[in-house]
Amino acid sequence: MNRPETDNHWLTRPQTIRQLWMLFIAILVLTVLAQVLIKVKGYFGVDGWFGFAAGFGFVCCGAMVIVAKALGPLLKRNDHYYDD
Amino acid sequence: MTDPIAPALILIVASVLIGLTRGNWRSAVVLIAPLITLWAVWQVPDGVVTTARFLDYTIEPVEGSPLRRLFATIFSIMAFAGGLYAFRQARWYELSAAFVYAAGAIGVCFAGDLITLFLFWELMALFSTVIVWCGGTPAARKAGIRYAMMHLLGGVVLKVGIEGVVVHTGSIDIQPMLATNFDTWMILVGILVNAAAPPVSAWLADAYPESSPTGSVFLSAFTTKTAVLALILLFPGEPVLIGVGLYMVMYGIIYALLENDARRILAYSIVNQVGFMVCAVGIGTQMALNGAAAHAFAHIIYKALLFMSAGVVVYRTGKSKCTDLGGLFRTMPLTTICGIIGALAISSFPLTSGFVTKTLISQAAVDQGLTAVYFLLAAASAGVFLHAGIKFPWFVFFQRDSGLRPKDAPWNMAAAMVLFAALCVLIGVFPQVLYQFLPYPVDYHPYAPGKVLYYLQLLLFSGLAFFVMLPWLKRTPTIALDTDWIYRVALKNVVSRAAVLIGSVQEKTHQHLVAILQAGLKRIQRHHGPGGIHARTWPTGSMVLWVAIMLASYLILYYLL
Repeated sequence: MNRPETDNHWLTRPQTIRQLWMLFIAILVLTVLAQVLIKVKGYFGVDGWFGFAAGFGFVCCGAMVIVAKALGPLLKRNDHYYDD
Repeated sequence: MTDPIAPALILIVASVLIGLTRGNWRSAVVLIAPLITLWAVWQVPDGVVTTARFLDYTIEPVEGSPLRRLFATIFSIMAFAGGLYAFRQARWYELSAAFVYAAGAIGVCFAGDLITLFLFWELMALFSTVIVWCGGTPAARKAGIRYAMMHLLGGVVLKVGIEGVVVHTGSIDIQPMLATNFDTWMILVGILVNAAAPPVSAWLADAYPESSPTGSVFLSAFTTKTAVLALILLFPGEPVLIGVGLYMVMYGIIYALLENDARRILAYSIVNQVGFMVCAVGIGTQMALNGAAAHAFAHIIYKALLFMSAGVVVYRTGKSKCTDLGGLFRTMPLTTICGIIGALAISSFPLTSGFVTKTLISQAAVDQGLTAVYFLLAAASAGVFLHAGIKFPWFVFFQRDSGLRPKDAPWNMAAAMVLFAALCVLIGVFPQVLYQFLPYPVDYHPYAPGKVLYYLQLLLFSGLAFFVMLPWLKRTPTIALDTDWIYRVALKNVVSRAAVLIGSVQEKTHQHLVAILQAGLKRIQRHHGPGGIHARTWPTGSMVLWVAIMLASYLILYYLL
């Protein structure tokens, strides 16, 4: 079961990862550009702005990661904290 | 018509049969009983079906409605898929407990009065504790005790509320109410304990990950979603639930981001997802309640699917920490794909079940003009993709190569995962499959192009944020403190210090009492001891002298008088 072997899976090759990143970025750009053709209904004004959801999603997630990171020193303890 | 009490009773009988049978017979009971239950659920018509006398009250053990049948349906489906997933790996008593637990949930679904609801509620608490204990480790035993204490405490609070309502209104009916007095607040708090609401959310992430790989699948489904149903039945439109729900949503995300244990990440995301439902119940419109019910239905499927995929990993590797895992996609392709489908569904990705149910809730917020709620839910949707949608599959199945090369899922576990993965996609692609069973008519089209584009932007850029900030998300072998610290450490310290203090007071009191006693004994010794004044022997001469004095006195007195 625990048989380490030379890791040559196509998904882990640097070239594949580079290609996946390029594909991902292309999709990201397309989803924003698509708003030229497809109208996003803004229920509260700002949410209809061009690329709003993209920016909102990125900024919110960034903020959540930062908050979690900031809370880390306060809340994180060693795995065995409760053991004794 | 079938005996209407049957849905819950069928599973209770099945749980006894699981203990009495062996081999293929037992497998047959595990696989067939939930299907008979599902059939029985759909035989329950609308309205009160049965009544009975209990103490001095007329109780209604079975009352049907579209909402009640919807929840009972998904609980039956869950019992089937959970049974399929577990029947070859789990011990018989875990399966048996799981079936009584499911029976409790289905019993709550059809409970027509508060007394019946409470009885089934406690049944769930007892047998879910047994499932936690089936984890079999010392940690599971301790977590089970903490879990039981929390749920019994919640049960007591619920009972205080129910008794208050019964005494003050004379009614045991389940009907919509608002938290306006002590009684209704107690009921609300009692239900919210089971929903893993603040400040006691910690019980969920404490207990579920300690159960067995199969046990956590059952645990993920029933308790919190039964609480959501109870909230829909009893507190629709209760404003405080909006705030509680939003807190739960954010709590789940932040704690899941801090967490290292894969199953604990999923446990935190239950709190997050139930937060969406609680918030929807607080909004309270027909659209919102439809959203809460639909989201609970979809959530049970994709959350169980996620716990199944994590369970397979734990079953095959014995490990559940992200720091120990990684790269499992090489040898576990099916588990990886099913895990990813569950992760996409929880993230409400278009074409998955989460998308067609969660957007109902967002739409309800829009319809009511709740701007802040709408944007917070949108932010939370992004956060779900971050903490569960990508983080879980990434750290378990991809990231680095851990060197582990486990086999993929056993056939029954694989079948259960494929079934639920298919349901996630089926409901996502054909939302009417689910919408037609919702409690209120649905006039909503999730696949408006603008809406799809909005969510694609939101989710994909959340994904970008994940990979850009990946170094900040590096896993560490740590746990995160939560409010359970109060009763696991602080109260324990207080109690142990109090014990030391009481011990020393007791010791000093003892010493003092002994000293008093010894002094008293000494005094007695002095007076009554061998040398004491009261213990001396009197010489005969002095006795004769005293007798002579007495006789002489008598003679003198006689002479004088």
